[in-house]
Amino acid sequence: MADPIEISGLVKTFGHVRALDGLDLDVAQGEIHGFLGPNGSGKSTTIRVLLGMLRKDGGEVRLFGSDPWAHAADLHRRLAYVPGEVNLWPSLTGGEVIDLLGRLRGGLDERRRAELLERFELDPTKKGRAYSKGNRQKVALVAALASDVELLVLDEPTSGLDPLMESVFQECVDHFRDSGRTVLLSSHILAEVERLCDRVSIIRAGRRVETGTLSELRHLTRTSVAAETVRPLAGLDGLSGVHDLEIDGHRVFFEVDTARLGEALGIIQEAGVASLTATPPTLEELFLRHYGDHTKPPP
Amino acid sequence: MTGTWTLLRHFLWRDRWMLTWWSLGTTVLYWSQAVSVKGLYATQAEFDAAAASMEGNAALISMAGPARALNTVGGQVTWQATAFGAIVVGLMSMFLVVRHTRAEEESGRDELLRAAAIGRAAPTVAAVLVALVANVLAGALVAASLVSVPLAVADSVALGVGLAAVGAVFTGTALLAAQLTGGARAAYGLAGAVLAVAYVLRAIGDVGTPFLTWISPIGWYQGMYAFSGLRWWPMLPLLAAAVLALAAALWVFARRDFGAGVLPTRPGPARASAALTRGLGLATRLQRGSVIGWAIGMWLMGLAYGSMGSDVGDLIGDSELSRDMFARGAGDLVDGFYATAIVLLALMSCGFAVSSALRPRGDEDVGRVEVLLATGLSRTRWLLASMAVTVAGSVVVVLAAGLGLGSGYALVTGDDAAVVDLTVATVPYVAPVLATAAVASLLFGLAPRLAGLAWLVLGYAVVVLMFGELLSIPERLQGLSPFHHLALVPAEDFRWAPFLALTALAAVLGGAGVAAFTRRDVEVR
Repeated sequence: MADPIEISGLVKTFGHVRALDGLDLDVAQGEIHGFLGPNGSGKSTTIRVLLGMLRKDGGEVRLFGSDPWAHAADLHRRLAYVPGEVNLWPSLTGGEVIDLLGRLRGGLDERRRAELLERFELDPTKKGRAYSKGNRQKVALVAALASDVELLVLDEPTSGLDPLMESVFQECVDHFRDSGRTVLLSSHILAEVERLCDRVSIIRAGRRVETGTLSELRHLTRTSVAAETVRPLAGLDGLSGVHDLEIDGHRVFFEVDTARLGEALGIIQEAGVASLTATPPTLEELFLRHYGDHTKPPP
Repeated sequence: MTGTWTLLRHFLWRDRWMLTWWSLGTTVLYWSQAVSVKGLYATQAEFDAAAASMEGNAALISMAGPARALNTVGGQVTWQATAFGAIVVGLMSMFLVVRHTRAEEESGRDELLRAAAIGRAAPTVAAVLVALVANVLAGALVAASLVSVPLAVADSVALGVGLAAVGAVFTGTALLAAQLTGGARAAYGLAGAVLAVAYVLRAIGDVGTPFLTWISPIGWYQGMYAFSGLRWWPMLPLLAAAVLALAAALWVFARRDFGAGVLPTRPGPARASAALTRGLGLATRLQRGSVIGWAIGMWLMGLAYGSMGSDVGDLIGDSELSRDMFARGAGDLVDGFYATAIVLLALMSCGFAVSSALRPRGDEDVGRVEVLLATGLSRTRWLLASMAVTVAGSVVVVLAAGLGLGSGYALVTGDDAAVVDLTVATVPYVAPVLATAAVASLLFGLAPRLAGLAWLVLGYAVVVLMFGELLSIPERLQGLSPFHHLALVPAEDFRWAPFLALTALAAVLGGAGVAAFTRRDVEVR
């Protein structure tokens, strides 16, 4: 069976702007796939092409193995989409919108609907114009999570939620995946991605620059090490892959390419370990490596 | 108040084209009257004769205002332009005010602004100032253009100053509406209703119940009698009303919560009915309120025209010019009057049809359509459902106008058959109404950002009806108005050909709109 989402070489231009410039993205069945990138990098455009809202200018896009532009409505019955900016009809209540979207997708799980309303503390009798941004988002989330679908497409779905609701959201998405279903989660809340995602793709300027599991990505970056040794330390400064080394008597701080971590630890061990902390790189550091100037590029 | 100045400049920049077009449009309305009337009559005797025939014309008076000094260019300009000028600045003020207040608040953008280091009332005050600037600009341009004709300076200035003052009154009522209601659409509805009531009050008042004119801001403006014994004191009630409305609005503003209206929003059902999620359910639900509102409004409008009864014959008089304008040269004057009244009612009903046809654009523009179309609902089904409601709603609204007209006439004259006759005469106007709406649908499909231009078709049709003969617009150009082709029932016999042709045109344009929409990108905000 084909993967739920297969995109290769996708190009989309708006006038002179090349919003997507040969983008690749693969999301496998049963995974939560993090889709990371700064504002304007093309995440939402990719999702809109994937949903058949925008027509691609080049490349291949397959949703459940078929073309989303040609078969939009049929494919949509198998997925639920939550945009970052949810706008509701001023005269419909949240409950009505949930039912409307759910039934248009082919049905709602009644028990799940009630449970989600309770967990998200959402009042379904309010009219659309009376909801705050976060509550509008909850309406779309409840509609999506209570729908009987195979794929969730979430475009920065928690930008209006408070931390408490965000953790409810994370549990619900986890639960969704545990039943073998798939999630594409576009986000720039790195902690959320780190907590939820099995694999991530990082995009910049309409291209994918990195993809893999978090541990694979970590392997490409550095681990920070702080240690205290019994004897004075020697030999670390000669080791390739060690950066920003600071030795202060028996104490040592450095960063090391994760691939050389073993060798570095060997040297420390020879000097006798009194204490040791090794911190794996956070997603933030991965992210900054591609966008920021905070970490130097690897040699 | 901190930040008001910055915001004002920001708003003025954002609205620069809106301000330009609205104020230029208003100016052209006045100036073109002056220029066209100037060249229309070869001799003063001809002018006097034409004026005499207009002076006794109740229908024209109800549409335009009190007939004074109609045998002068200034008097003609005042008569032809002031009522519509007041409506134009009223609409401009309403759009400017609501757009920067309630609409912003509803979208949440206002929150962003208010969170910045600006005073709580700064956006509201800046919005009012923008509208006042726009009104003063329109008034100044009108005055300057009339002086340039040249017309008497004091009276020209009075027309401009009065216009700005009327605009200020409607700025106040729009701001009050924006405070009372909980959403932009409702605010437009309320502010628009105030405008309509002001117009209707003076329409009825001018024909025979003067005190009604004196409770309408438009009546005060026309009561300045520019070019016919100018007097300035009606400026007092105008300014007082403007100040009062603004003060009331600010008083409400200071006492309500952010995002809240004063008119309560009641909770609704927690579950959707089965009907909402099937077929036309959603489209019907979204437009139900506006169809009902328009139907009642148009029924009342029809009633107002119908209740002039058969007396219009005496009032119109029997001069040739009057015949040309009203009966279009055909047979009985009363029939001619009602034929024209029907076109007028159809043009008003078209306001519903165009705004209804533009709803999909509104949904797309604010990003609602995305969530909806990401479900099993196809683009074609979504758009067709909305168009079906536009068609059905237009039929209802036009039918209501016809029923009102017939009922009013029957009430006054006791001729009960008129109910059916006048209704049957009105219903075929669904065809040009829908043809105009279909232009909106086509634009939505092809170039969504330009969809609003469909209003120009309606505006052009109004110009052709009102001024087509007067400005002697060539027949071929008049024919561009969809409302120019139907037989003028009851003055003429009904003809099927133009009706069927317009219906077919509407179907083709609408179908092309759907086809185009399924081939284009859904617009991304």
